[in-house]
Amino acid sequence: MKKNNAVLLSTPYLIWMVLFTLIPLGVVGYYALTDPSTGEFSLVNLRQLGMYLPVLWTSILYSLASAVVCLILGYPVAYFIAHCSQTAQRFLYMLVMLPMCMSFLLRTLAWVGLLNDQGIINNLIVALFDQLRALGGWMTNRLGWNALGGWLASIPEDFGRLTLIRTPGAVVLGMVYNYLPYMILPLYTTILKIDHRLIEAAEDLGCNAVQTFRRVILPLSVPGILSGMTMVFVPAVSTFYISQKMGSSSTVLIGDVIERQFKQGNNPNLGAALSIVLMILVFVCTGIMNRFGGDEEGSVVV
Amino acid sequence: MKRTNRFITVLIFIFLYIPMAVLVVASFNTGKNITHFDGFTFQQYVRLFKDDDLLELLRNSLVVSVLASLIATTFGTVAAIGINGLNPRLRKAAMSLTNIPMTNPDIVTGVSLSLLFVFVGSRLLGQRNSLTFWTLLIAHVTFNLPYVILNVMPKLKQMDESLTDAALDLGCTHLQAFFKVTIHEIMPGIISGAIMAFTMSLDDFVISYFVTGLDFVTLPVEIYTYTKKPIQPKIYAMFTLLFLLIFVLMVISNVIQLMGDKKRQSARGK
Repeated sequence: MKKNNAVLLSTPYLIWMVLFTLIPLGVVGYYALTDPSTGEFSLVNLRQLGMYLPVLWTSILYSLASAVVCLILGYPVAYFIAHCSQTAQRFLYMLVMLPMCMSFLLRTLAWVGLLNDQGIINNLIVALFDQLRALGGWMTNRLGWNALGGWLASIPEDFGRLTLIRTPGAVVLGMVYNYLPYMILPLYTTILKIDHRLIEAAEDLGCNAVQTFRRVILPLSVPGILSGMTMVFVPAVSTFYISQKMGSSSTVLIGDVIERQFKQGNNPNLGAALSIVLMILVFVCTGIMNRFGGDEEGSVVV
Repeated sequence: MKRTNRFITVLIFIFLYIPMAVLVVASFNTGKNITHFDGFTFQQYVRLFKDDDLLELLRNSLVVSVLASLIATTFGTVAAIGINGLNPRLRKAAMSLTNIPMTNPDIVTGVSLSLLFVFVGSRLLGQRNSLTFWTLLIAHVTFNLPYVILNVMPKLKQMDESLTDAALDLGCTHLQAFFKVTIHEIMPGIISGAIMAFTMSLDDFVISYFVTGLDFVTLPVEIYTYTKKPIQPKIYAMFTLLFLLIFVLMVISNVIQLMGDKKRQSARGK
């Protein structure tokens, strides 16, 4: 193609992207550096940032934990899918992608329904113990197994009801559930690309399964691992819905704080400053990941 | 090893699909509570189609996502062809620009666009209500574009350039060469980009939440406000229908791709 054509075709797009991605970031910077009431240049928003360091730390901790859990859970799945037949691979890939297209608000609400104190899981547990109590009564009356039956019948009402929701664990579970596909998909593409002859060579040279995995397969999956970690970490660290629904007041994340500044607190300037912090955090993290990963091949679009 | 992996995979798929199963079951529930199944009914679906407010929200969502994905697909395909022809340095710059909305957290994208619209709308143009349907559409097109570009670019790279040259040698204009040759070669990328853009747009909550005004609300944004009060079971019925729709869309796109692969394989076999 002629060079002029290329420039002609790509310029409108580049203008659009500058207008709607770069300039908005500049506007965020402008808001971050102006006073909320007077609108004049000031560092007051930046000075307030120190207050939010603990929240930022919690967010990083939770999302790193989620990324690690996603890796542990997602790796075997990606490995399994990559070793299926072509058609099965396509189908399973689709099944991994499908949840990503469904309303994550409703899916998270479903988890609330599952984990609530009066939720589905707790109801099942209570129902199970109800049955055991009834079984205990039956044993005592019909079979005369007084010891076992009495013990079962004496299970207190509401025994086994768990506090699942509004815990740090619930927040991590929500993140893992929502972002696990973002881990599985890049891992799958990376594992798929591993040259099978390398594995055979390792086996021929006397490696057992564990050694082959540790010395050949795992190092070759590093690009996928890094891009998966980034793709889980970035949305997890900035979420506000999951922590609002599954967490408590002690699990407030940076996304919650930003959302509140814009939608409830009416201090967009502080919100803008916090957004910049979040953006820098994300860019530093992806930068580190890319440095270790080294190539663009590992990064996958979903 | 393989058996353990299969076991874990099955467990993970159960984990991924249980909440959706809960929602689908809840759509057939006579009661309002998601945790108690009181009895089977289709009533929620009937109620859904009688609820004009809810249908309007769904219509709004569909309007935005269809328009945004169509615009982004056309615009993005043209741009991808352009970027592909740029010299390496410019191409790299264009791709980094494309990657910004991909790496930026959604909340930052949403916040930055909303601040831009408010800034331009109220400070520069003096409007009172600066967040409208159009700002929402601009935001959706903006976050859809990278998906289209990143899907179309690899197909352009895979394409044999001599095909275009042949078309030009045989007397096609550039435009004809594009519509007779190039577009067919990159079609799978265009389709998957369009589908991805559409689904991302349809389900987008975070960005829409920040750029949406009061006069044009989409379904996910409204669902977010619903969740503060008890949710109506009709919403579950809608979820079930959307689930079916997206499932069908995905199967279709898979079949198209599968057929494309087969065609290519048989072509190579000749």
